[in-house]
Amino acid sequence: MSLLSLRDVRVQFNTAGGVVRAVNGVSLDLAVGETLGLVGESGCGKSTLGKAIMKLVPVAGGEIVVEGVDIAPLNREQLTEMRRKVQMIFQDPYGSLNPRSTVGRSVAQPLVLAGWKADATAERVETLLRWVGLPSDAKQRYPHEFSGGQRQRIGIARALALSPKLIICDEPVSALDVSVRAQVINLLEDLKSQFGVSYLFISHDLSVVEHIADRVAVMYLGMLFEIGGRDQIWKSPQHPYTKALLAAAPIANPKLARARQRTVLQGELPSPLNPPPGCPFNSRCPMAQDRCRVEKPVLRPVSNGAQAACHFV
Amino acid sequence: MQRFEFPRFEFVGRFARNRGALVGACLILVVALMAIFASVFFPTDPLRIVGLPELWPGEDPEFPLGTDSLGRDILSMIVHGARATLLIGLFASAVATIIGVGVGAIAGYFGGWVDEVSMRAAELFQTIPNLIFVLTIVVILGSTLTNIVIAIGIVSWTPIARMTRAEFLSLRDREFVQACRSMGMSDFRIIVSEILPNALPPVIVLSSLVVAGAILFESAVSFLGLGDPNVASWGRLVGDGRQLIRSSWYICAIPGIAIMITVLCLNLVGDGLNDALNPKLRDR
Repeated sequence: MSLLSLRDVRVQFNTAGGVVRAVNGVSLDLAVGETLGLVGESGCGKSTLGKAIMKLVPVAGGEIVVEGVDIAPLNREQLTEMRRKVQMIFQDPYGSLNPRSTVGRSVAQPLVLAGWKADATAERVETLLRWVGLPSDAKQRYPHEFSGGQRQRIGIARALALSPKLIICDEPVSALDVSVRAQVINLLEDLKSQFGVSYLFISHDLSVVEHIADRVAVMYLGMLFEIGGRDQIWKSPQHPYTKALLAAAPIANPKLARARQRTVLQGELPSPLNPPPGCPFNSRCPMAQDRCRVEKPVLRPVSNGAQAACHFV
Repeated sequence: MQRFEFPRFEFVGRFARNRGALVGACLILVVALMAIFASVFFPTDPLRIVGLPELWPGEDPEFPLGTDSLGRDILSMIVHGARATLLIGLFASAVATIIGVGVGAIAGYFGGWVDEVSMRAAELFQTIPNLIFVLTIVVILGSTLTNIVIAIGIVSWTPIARMTRAEFLSLRDREFVQACRSMGMSDFRIIVSEILPNALPPVIVLSSLVVAGAILFESAVSFLGLGDPNVASWGRLVGDGRQLIRSSWYICAIPGIAIMITVLCLNLVGDGLNDALNPKLRDR
């Protein structure tokens, strides 16, 4: 049984300009102890998908199943139970902590809500702060006294409080300086090996995903385009969008960089208010043909062992 | 990006940097002490006749601010009146703040039709001329201190509600609120313990200005003779003196000046609070 399994999940927002289908039929599975990287351009719906799993945005359709339990029909108490298993780390370490709460109070919050006693909570907060490498006097201080990297570690401590099985990391290092990114990434990896948590790691930073993820899912305009093992995707991407995405990532070695073939994408991401019919990528795809403008591709196994949603691979 | 970085001890320093606010705060303190110790300075009932009528200020050293048309000590009435005036101002502001923060928080947090309904209700209140509204309520409910306080609170809550709503709108989708929601925290708890502390600073500034407004309202109500007859507020002193305004104008002028100085000081304090609590607006 997979830890998290999504079946045809859809999220839509009604805006003044019409209905935005931010997530349009995403299905994926995440196994226990696995890190799934979710990559895509800004606005492709990857953060919205993460928030849908946390029930922070209303889900318009499909199933979100955590350890075999569909979370849609759960009542308040059952949902609280589910939330112990799934926690979230946010992108902006400045916005994700209440500026008027001490760090101790912020980290203790999930414990207090779960009904822990005061002394057990205090002890747990100490442990959590130690795990993420913060001094124990940190708990009396306010978030503005910490650097971005430290704040993100406070956010991680809060997410770890109830020993979740899955942590949704919504661009956890995107807002950080490059110098502290590695610290936070290493911390996440340590915690994974120590406690066996799984991550759904949402990011647009391919190098970070390459480093941390076991499997990778590529999203475009609310749809999954390709999903498979990291090496499968990195070594032999099948979907034209994945190829273009990987080709756009900078390579540190100039010889390799010159040698590679590049597909450079033309144009902008189409407006999600009015996506192209058929395959949403047809307006920018170098391989697009008439069929792509009519028929929407579905995920199916492809030659590299991964799954891709394209008519021509 | 604004990061709400103001430890408590810096607050006093920032407030004191505004000289006007400092002077205002000191004068308000004097008025407040006057109000608290009124019965120590003037143990007798201020409404008792103690001397000749219409003594001008300085005419009799026993009554430094003179006496009114009945021969009551004006200084004693001012000192005792400070109590009534300040209490009315504070309580009316408290009523307005409680209604305003309550309505604004719910409207801003939940949005949708709740927001629509409460903001339309606020607009309804704003379209009625304030003073007429206060007078109507006081006339209907009766001229007691409590009713005047409630009436002023009812007309003054709308700007506070709008301010609170605006703050909630900008805070409700912040990530720390989402984090609380993802932990399964109840809406009530998110509103009260997470968003409200962040939304309060500008609301406090507005509340301090409502105190000044409330004093003016009460003065107007009392001046028109609709004040509580058992309370010697400053507005009532002005009202009592108005028949003699041509001959003994000081009877109106002295409580009038007291009102003016107090309201001015409250506004200065509000300004200083704004500087201290909203440092991002300081250099405007």
